[in-house]
Amino acid sequence: MIPEIGNFALILALLLALVLGTLPIIGAARRIPAWIGLARPVSQGLFLFVVTAWGCLAYSFIVSDFSVLNVATNSNSQLPVYYRFAATWGSHEGSMMLWVFMLAIWTLAVSLKSRHLPDEMVARVLGVMGLVSFGFLLFLLLTSNPFDRLFPVPADGRDLNPLLQDPGMVAHPPMLYMGYVGFSVAFAFAIAALMGGRLDATWARWSRPWTTLAWSFLSIGIMIGSWWAYYTLGWGGWWFWDPVENASFMPWLVGTALLHSLAVTEKRGAFKNWTVLLAICAFSLSLIGTFLVRSGVLTSVHAFATDPRRGVFILGFLIVVIGGSLALYAVRAPKVGLGSRFDLMSRETMLLANNVLLLAATGSVLLGTLYPLFLDALNLGKISVGPPYFDAVFVPLMTPLVFLMGIGPLARWKQTTLPDLWHLLRWAFAISVVMALVVPFAAGEWKPLVSFGLLLAFWVVAATVVSIRERMRSVRSGFFAQIARQPRSYWGMVLAHLGIAVFVVGVTMVKGYETERDVKMSIGDTVSVGGYTFRFDGISQQRGPNYQAIRGAFTVTRKGAYVENLYPEKRQYNAGGMPMTNAAIDSGLLGDLYVSMGEPVDGGAWVIRVYSKPFITWLWGGFLMMAFGGFLALSDRRYRVGAQRDVALPRGSAAAR
Amino acid sequence: MKARHRRFIWIGAGVAVLGAASALVLNAFQSNLVFFFTPTQIAANEVPRNRAFRIGGLVEEKSLARESDGLTVRFVVTDTAASVPVVYKGILPDLFKEGKGVVAQGEIGSDGVFRASEVLAKHDENYMPPAAADAVNKARGTTAAAEKTTKTLQR
Repeated sequence: MIPEIGNFALILALLLALVLGTLPIIGAARRIPAWIGLARPVSQGLFLFVVTAWGCLAYSFIVSDFSVLNVATNSNSQLPVYYRFAATWGSHEGSMMLWVFMLAIWTLAVSLKSRHLPDEMVARVLGVMGLVSFGFLLFLLLTSNPFDRLFPVPADGRDLNPLLQDPGMVAHPPMLYMGYVGFSVAFAFAIAALMGGRLDATWARWSRPWTTLAWSFLSIGIMIGSWWAYYTLGWGGWWFWDPVENASFMPWLVGTALLHSLAVTEKRGAFKNWTVLLAICAFSLSLIGTFLVRSGVLTSVHAFATDPRRGVFILGFLIVVIGGSLALYAVRAPKVGLGSRFDLMSRETMLLANNVLLLAATGSVLLGTLYPLFLDALNLGKISVGPPYFDAVFVPLMTPLVFLMGIGPLARWKQTTLPDLWHLLRWAFAISVVMALVVPFAAGEWKPLVSFGLLLAFWVVAATVVSIRERMRSVRSGFFAQIARQPRSYWGMVLAHLGIAVFVVGVTMVKGYETERDVKMSIGDTVSVGGYTFRFDGISQQRGPNYQAIRGAFTVTRKGAYVENLYPEKRQYNAGGMPMTNAAIDSGLLGDLYVSMGEPVDGGAWVIRVYSKPFITWLWGGFLMMAFGGFLALSDRRYRVGAQRDVALPRGSAAAR
Repeated sequence: MKARHRRFIWIGAGVAVLGAASALVLNAFQSNLVFFFTPTQIAANEVPRNRAFRIGGLVEEKSLARESDGLTVRFVVTDTAASVPVVYKGILPDLFKEGKGVVAQGEIGSDGVFRASEVLAKHDENYMPPAAADAVNKARGTTAAAEKTTKTLQR
């Protein structure tokens, strides 16, 4: 019964999405107030039905209703309840359902938080989001219905892939999708502005907080995914340049460019065309990412049973959305105008350089991700593009970007001079160079690349400190009052930029000083890695809720002093009999110690993998700081006060300003 | 006049940056492409020397052997028509099994032994790397046989 209700709610949601995608947009074009007025209530109705459908699916998983095919193939009665819940998005159908659910949340949020916008604008924005919802709901119902029944009903389910039975499964997909789908708001604003033919600073002001929010969620989603892969896949890396990772990273790169370009459009009215194009690109890349991951063209933990119809549908949808929006852009953009002028040396130029570099990086990732697929599709042979390519391209592209990050916030809008900048930053530069040369000695061994990476990180920190000091100089009051006087959006930027510095430190130290050893160990043997000694104490049998495990015991010492006990496991899952390695990790601010068990070899010995990963936690810490920088910027009073002031104005006058 | 100069600088800088980026990307791209070959192609000597590539197929039954150091493993990859001996030092992925599909990356030595630097993990027990399935299917020839193989392999 419950699955039928879900299915029915999904069909009603499809109809509402069609209404939302047509009437308000036509109403806005023909100035029919009744149709324009439909946008908000219909959005809220759409949310209600989608949340009902999603709730029915989640319920079927929690009560283990194996008459639903999706539940039977992706869940099991032995599974703990939180993984049964997370299994809701553990399949292709479920994850598309999550996509639609997230889109409904964003649509609802726009309908509730848009009181200060002119009604036609809201109608267009929600209408565009309704069209996207319609496409995805149609996709769900036609090719991947999550409520399909199974007869005869099996006694038990086939189980969730053991790799997915992890706390990461509860957090990573919702966060990532929140970000992915969140770019639909910026996209909808861009399309709405193109439809309305009015692209001005107000447009940028409206879409900026939405973009920041989506970007922050996407950052967290990517960070959790990276961390999860690190501790669960058993080989201790944090980023593999796997096509699926790239699929989430490309929207992030373009989203980052969009954030910065929106700032220019809002403050200076420049880059208008460019910003709109970026908004379209960011969402298009989200869609391409969904296509790559869900259509089965890529093979990874994210790819499920392949059905060619699905790929064709998403590809068609992709062509309609991207092609349609680019066509609209081509028709409307030339009328927008270029915006205010600026000098070669100005903050605008710095931000333009930021955009160019980020897009070049995106392009290179796109090439490396898609080229093998094209060759394969054209039957020209099978190739793969590995991490060396991405490393070789990324470092040179990101270096100038990080360098500019120090200068950009200090450069003035419109016009700035090099001598001024040099005067402000010479000490920051000198200090970061000296520290970059000296600090690697403290780590034990001086390596040129480590020194170079640290130079970038120290430079960002030093230049940020200079920027803060310059900002505060204008306010004459106590230190804390000075801090409070700066807008939170400024502190958000500072936090995010420092996050990059922390991230760079993490990457540099891990790449420079990590040690990895695979060794054969008998019980009682010891091995030394990164200054720590690991002793293999023995193995024992363990029983988990739905698996059996062999657990190894290790004692870690440093110079004879006890540090930690580590217990890696080798698991065998009851339902599918699939083996899995669970690494034991001692995580710390200065680095991780990582032990995982390979295979047993003759005479009771085991092959053991032991890693030392200095500063690896800084990678994820840096990403978290960036995300929280975004949230901090969102709490800026201008978004709150500005919203209130706009409400006080009569409708329509907001657009005139 | 001044505006025109400025525009020239702009365009020039843009072209320079794009050119540098493209050169960088294409150069890195050229030298880091990894091609895929089947055991049959290796037997026919169609593979590059001194360059890494990938092979795929099935791990031959009863071919897995471990050397006394406990770390070095030897096995044979076959596409049912031809087979290649592989040596790998390190920990094999959880789902590596005799009779199942595998993809490995490495170089071929002058002795005809493939020195794998990486043996690729699978994420699901029933999942066959498409490259491996492809190799087997190509070797078997007919599509009917190919479909059957994929099915048997997936069981």
